[in-house]
Order: sequence, then structure tokens, then C-alpha cells
Amino acid sequence: MISIVSRLSGRFLIRRLIQSLILILILILVNFLLIHLAPGDPVHLLAGQSGDEKYYEFIRAKFGLNQSLASQLWIYLTSVLRGDLGYSLGYQQPVLGVIIARIPATLLLTISAVLVSSVAGVVLGVEAARRENSWTDRSINAFALVGYSVPSFSVGHLLLIVFALRLGLFPTQNLSSATQEMTGLAYGLDVLSHLVLPVTTLAIVYVAQIMRLTRTSMLNVLGENFVIAARAKGLSEGRVLYGHALCNALLPIVTVVGHDFGMLLSGAVLVETVFAWPGLGRLMLDALAMRDYPVLMGLFLMISVSVIVVNLIVDLTYSALDPRIHYGRISK
Amino acid sequence: MNTERDIFETATPQAPFELASQGAKNTSLLAVGRPGIFARLLRDWAAIVGFAIVCLLVGLALAAPLLAPHDPAAQHVAERLQSPSLTFPLGTDNLGRCLLSRLLFGARLSLGLAGVASLLVLLVGVFVGAVSGYAGGFLDAVIMRVVDLVLAFPLLLLALAITGFVGIGIGSVLIGVVSVWWASYARIVRGLVLSLRERPFIEAARAGGVTPTKIITRHVIPNVIPPVIVLATLEMGGLLLAISGLNFLGLGVQPPTAEWGAMLNDGRPFLRSAPQLMIYPGLAISLAVMAFNLLGDGLRDALDPRLH
Repeated sequence: MISIVSRLSGRFLIRRLIQSLILILILILVNFLLIHLAPGDPVHLLAGQSGDEKYYEFIRAKFGLNQSLASQLWIYLTSVLRGDLGYSLGYQQPVLGVIIARIPATLLLTISAVLVSSVAGVVLGVEAARRENSWTDRSINAFALVGYSVPSFSVGHLLLIVFALRLGLFPTQNLSSATQEMTGLAYGLDVLSHLVLPVTTLAIVYVAQIMRLTRTSMLNVLGENFVIAARAKGLSEGRVLYGHALCNALLPIVTVVGHDFGMLLSGAVLVETVFAWPGLGRLMLDALAMRDYPVLMGLFLMISVSVIVVNLIVDLTYSALDPRIHYGRISK
Repeated sequence: MNTERDIFETATPQAPFELASQGAKNTSLLAVGRPGIFARLLRDWAAIVGFAIVCLLVGLALAAPLLAPHDPAAQHVAERLQSPSLTFPLGTDNLGRCLLSRLLFGARLSLGLAGVASLLVLLVGVFVGAVSGYAGGFLDAVIMRVVDLVLAFPLLLLALAITGFVGIGIGSVLIGVVSVWWASYARIVRGLVLSLRERPFIEAARAGGVTPTKIITRHVIPNVIPPVIVLATLEMGGLLLAISGLNFLGLGVQPPTAEWGAMLNDGRPFLRSAPQLMIYPGLAISLAVMAFNLLGDGLRDALDPRLH
């Protein structure tokens, strides 16, 4: 970690942080404007259509809806920064709590999918590049074409039909079995068996994408002198491919894996619907169905902030992966 | 502002379907229309297969009223969840509606919606990108920061949120998708315009006293259209996936209208007893997306022979 930090120039770090902070502030502003630009009384958006007059008065006073727009923005900004995202009528509790309760399920799903698809995608891509234009290469390519063309909600149902309903190998929905209380290892295994199908569904598209990218990137690197030198030194093919070539081909792959984090969250909405997975995506749809706007706006903010943070981390990882990249010197 | 990112984009080999999400470095797109590209495309059997399937699907959609054995909404209550027969070639759904007819009519809406969406995205993206690239300066900076902002979001999630705010229906799905997807087009068109702006014929028009509005509409946009149409083909598969996804979530097309994504949603309660209700529309979406992707891959390779 220290070596990463020392490679980054302080100026770049600060500029990138300020950029991200400005973006987050703009997002809060967009959220604020959404409340006021939406047709009708903003109090209905914040407190639901069927609240009583007393509650409406309370909300008006809390968000200063009778004051000027500028002071309303200030009240909104300070309450968001304090972590107060409003109160969900649908769930009868603060929005922040509703959202935080769902985060672990989505993280479990998406991080597992990232791990599975990165490992599988990189290995398949390297193998395809190693035997360019062979039958292995062609079949891996065909798999990739199918992989990024099939809709995840369709694959999910297909897997459900075959592996859960016909073969009975995996449970059909939810994160764990509701019928019995389990602890420790038994609980872990139970969650794992629930995780297999959703993760496979979510990972298929990304395996295809990462595989195609790895293949192109490896083919570019394999012709270079240092690979020839490594072979000439008598290194084993495995060490040449995975030790030397892959390290140099990794940069674009990390870019895509990182910047696709947002796409992965999008995919998670569909997959969570198919497998009734109790995560953020499911919450978003439920909130949409209930017209629970405080939850929706809270989710909007949380998700976009997390995407910005992940992108920031990815940008910072570059120089760790490739010491030749030195932000301080490149920028302007 | 984006110096670092641009450095990476030039250093990054083109990923499949990364064209649209990349920055403004796709000047190879301006090669559209040069001789040899069509010939290269014709030698690519995968692209030809893709094109043939797209034509076939569009043909089936257009001819749906002639080909469909039944009214897609007609309920034959006595013949619910039937397996394939002569009267119902693919069987019937839970309300006794002919699955084949629903698939055929569904193609009209699924492909039609994707087509309309890509046309709208194209219009907005070309207009905004052309203005941004030609005007330069402050306006350009503001527009590009808005583009950055939109692209900072997960596209489908943003489209979903917007659709939800606007309300359920086909129109709001279109609004949701278009208000998110235009951004990547605008960025690419801006890049194309930046490189066009320095060409002698634009300079000549400017020297001749032609107004900026006329230069944009008469000279810049006509030159940007062909490459952008290619881009739209590359993105068709993605748009189709997004729209059918939103319809699957129940945000767009409402029953009894037949649309592939909505049909998948309708079939969910019968997953155990009648999986075919979900398998057919799923296959239809996959086939269409795959055909667009094959065609798009071929077009990209034909435009950028360096990849060979």
C-alpha cells in the first residue's frame, strides 16, 4: 500500500479526490432538484400520497418546505451529509437503515460474480490467445458471443428450470433457507448453495466480456520482444503466459472490470428479481412499485456514490499494476 | 480534466462493444463509405449470418398479421397451457393464447421499440454532440461534464429510475432509455465533429461566410450521419437487451400486449408447470441480440482492418 501511495503524486491524488467530491455534490443537487421539479407538491413525494395533514406539516417543517429554495437546499445537504436520507413510509423506518440492511446481500452477489468472471474470463482469454485460430479458440469465442447476447433474466430462468426444478441440485430463491434455523458452517454452506445459480447468471455476461478483452490484449503482448526473450531464457510456457505476458496485458482488463462495476449493479437488479435475492436491486423495484420515493432517491444517491468511489479506486490501481504509469508526470 | 483517462483509452486495445463507451478516439468510424469496406464486410460470413437473421426477424415482424395463426390477444380458455399442436404450433399460454402468434406480434414491439429508441438516441446524440464539438469553449465544456455525469451512472439503473419516476408505460421506457443512452453518442459525435471541423471544406464554408447553424446542419451533420448509423447498429443489441429488461421488470408494456420481455414476465408464475412460456421469448431475445452483435462485430472489423 505504501509503495502505491508513494508512486502517486500528491497533486494527482488531491485533484482526483476533489473531482469525485464535486461529482457527489452535483448528484446530491440533482436529487434535490428531482424532489422540486417533479409535478405536484414536494411533500407528497417525501411523505407519500395518503399521509395525514399533521405528518405533512411535520415534513414541511423538517425540510423547510415553506422557506426559500436556497435554505431548503442547505437543510437537505446537511441532513444528507449527516446520513439522514429521510423516512420510508413503506418500510416504516429511516431510509438509511432500509438500504444498509440490503447492502450485504448485493455485495455478496456482485463480488462473487466479479471474482468468478475475472478468473474464468482471464484463464479462457489466455488459453484462446495461446491457441489462436484453433478449435479451442473458436469454441471459446462462440461461447463469448452467446454469453454477451443472452439476457441475464432469461439465462437465470433457464438455470432455474434445469438445475433447481428438474435436477433439484440448488434452491430456487432467496439467500438462505427460511424453513430452519442454521448457524456456523451449515449456514455458510446453505448460503453458498443459494449463491451458485445467481452468481453463475450474473457472471456469464462478464466472463464473455473479460475473455474477449483478455484475448485481444494477450495477442497484442505475445508478439513483443520481452515475451520472445522470456521464451529464449527457457521459461516454461505457463510462466511466460501467466508470469510475464499476462502482467503486461492486465491493465485494460482491470479498467473494464472496474468500470463495469456499475453495469454489474444494473445486472444485479434483474438477477435479484429472478432469484428473489434480498438485495438493493430488489429493494429498488419494490420501492418503485410502492412509490416509496425517499427510498428510491436514497438508493440513487448511494449507488452512484459507490460507483464513483469504485472508479476512483480503479484509477488509483493503475499505477500499482504498472509502475511505468506515473500520474504526476503524465497529467498536463 | 480527462487527460489521464484519454491516455488510457489510447493505450487500451478496443474491447468488444466498448466503442460507444470509449472517448472521442474513434476517427476510424469516419472511414464509413470509403471503398473496400463493403467488400470486406461481404467476406465476413459471421456478419452475413447476423445480417440475414436481422432481416429474417424484421421480415417476420412486419408479416406478423399474415403469418400468425391466431389473434395474439385472443383467449382460448378451454385450451390453456397446451403443448404444440397443428392449431397451436408452439402451444398456448396460461390464458389459452397462441404462443407463436404472440411471439410474432411481440417481435414487432420488441424490435420496433429498440429501433425507435435507437433513432431517438441518435437524434439527441448527434444534435448535442455536433453543437458541443462545433461550438467548443464553455458550452462544449458544460455539455461534456453533463455527459460525464450521465455516464458515471450504471446505465440500466438510471434508465430504470427515470422510467419509475415518469410512470409505468411504453413511453416512459423510451424516455428512460433515451435520456441515458444519448450521452455516449454525444461524446463520440463530438469527437468526429472535432476532427471534421479542421477539414478544408468546413474552413472554406466558414471563409465563405456561411452561418454556424448552416455549417452544422448542411456540412457537419451529413458527414457524421453514416458513421453514427454504424454505431447505432453496434448498440442495437444492447438497447434491445435494456428495453426487454425493463419490460421484463413490468415497467413498460402492460398485459395483454405481446412483447418478448413482457412475455417472460407473464410466464414467471408458470416456471414449474410450463417452462416453455419463458423459454421461447428468451430464445427470441437472445437470437435477435446475437444477430445484431454479429453484424456489429463485422462492421467494426471492416472499418478497422488493423484488427486483422
